[in-house]
Amino acid sequence: MSAIDAVVTPMPAATSPAALGTLGVLVAVVRRDLLLALRRKSEVLTSLFFFVIVVSLFPLGIGPEMALLRIIAPGVLWVAALLAAMLSLSRLFAADHADGTLEQMLLSPAPLGLLVTGKIISHWLVAGLPLVLIAPLLGLQYDLAPRALGVLVLSLLIGTPLLSLIGAIGAALTLGVRGGGVLLSLLTLPLYIPALIFGAGAVEADISGLGAAGHLSLLAALLALAGFFAPWATTAALRIALE
Amino acid sequence: MLTATDLACVRGDRRLFAGLGFTLESGGRLHVTGENGSGKTSLLRMLCGLSPAEAGEIRWQGETIANLGDAYRKAVLYLGHHNALKEELTALENLRTTAALAGVAVEALEGTDLLGRVGLAGREELPVRFLSQGQKRRVALSRLLWSPSPLWILDEPFVALDSAAVNWLADVVSQHLSRGGMAVLTSHQEVAITGGVAQTLRLTQ
Repeated sequence: MSAIDAVVTPMPAATSPAALGTLGVLVAVVRRDLLLALRRKSEVLTSLFFFVIVVSLFPLGIGPEMALLRIIAPGVLWVAALLAAMLSLSRLFAADHADGTLEQMLLSPAPLGLLVTGKIISHWLVAGLPLVLIAPLLGLQYDLAPRALGVLVLSLLIGTPLLSLIGAIGAALTLGVRGGGVLLSLLTLPLYIPALIFGAGAVEADISGLGAAGHLSLLAALLALAGFFAPWATTAALRIALE
Repeated sequence: MLTATDLACVRGDRRLFAGLGFTLESGGRLHVTGENGSGKTSLLRMLCGLSPAEAGEIRWQGETIANLGDAYRKAVLYLGHHNALKEELTALENLRTTAALAGVAVEALEGTDLLGRVGLAGREELPVRFLSQGQKRRVALSRLLWSPSPLWILDEPFVALDSAAVNWLADVVSQHLSRGGMAVLTSHQEVAITGGVAQTLRLTQ
């Protein structure tokens, strides 16, 4: 390290750094988390494989009872999605907490709610979106009709961001708590119940010919509500956790 | 101007300090000293607004920091015990993320130049986990080179640095003071920071 000796020469007063807009900060947070996910592939793949395996175990255990499989399919797929989304939740803030990045986020002039939103978006892109994409393939094991598969994908597409949003509140509340992982599931799983009811309900309604529109719009309403309140609640919980 | 009046800190059921006050003018620096566990870090976290004070108030330019909110966070640069670096990301990626969090856009070329100035030329594209403790500290300290914040709150900034880097850091802080900046720092070693009005705050149990 001889290079540093040469550095003692006076530097220009200020490098006049360019200011970054609100959107720029959001993009930077999302990009960083995606980059991290890309470098820690195993963490990302764990929850996806968990989803695939849990869903595939049921047809193997129950046997080729097509009628029965069709009935349980929406519930099984949705419950497996809930559990898979929850697996990665404990890591949402834990790493940032441990290495001091979270402190810097709290001290950032950008609103903390915005940074939290960025982290939730990247959590969904990494842990939620892959589930949505692979769900129709897994649905085939349950002999679901193409139309029902479409509704399943749609319900997961609206539902998984909801899971990330609600999960973020739980992850922030259990931050730094010993045995936080178990507490996190006890805290978030009950909150996931409405998403499960309307999500699985949409597919069931479609299969029984009732039309899924009602369930899907209720799910979308929940998403809108959580999209508004969850970052705010998460922010409050993070501030308490870091005091 | 940073003013603290009648600050008190309680950790668990122990009172670490009470009735603490100081005024830091433009160009001034405050050395906080004291034994391990005397509340240095607690005081620094209070000053940057991370934890609330048990009693007393902190004012920046005459306004309490709770009222200032984002405006105060813009004025403060805090460097804690943790380097706030991601092990999997390269030094350059870390630098650009840190800058983005502070609301500053640092271009790749600019970032390479900055890392060169902290003695990490040629290591910009190396994941931080391959760097030594001192080199990680240098990456974290590169913030001081682009930060527009007038108030630097540095918790043990000299830890893990070699003597060349210690001198370099002392120089960077001195220049910051000569430009009218302010610094609050803790350190267990004597450092030759020149310029500015020096104050020492000794925390005793």
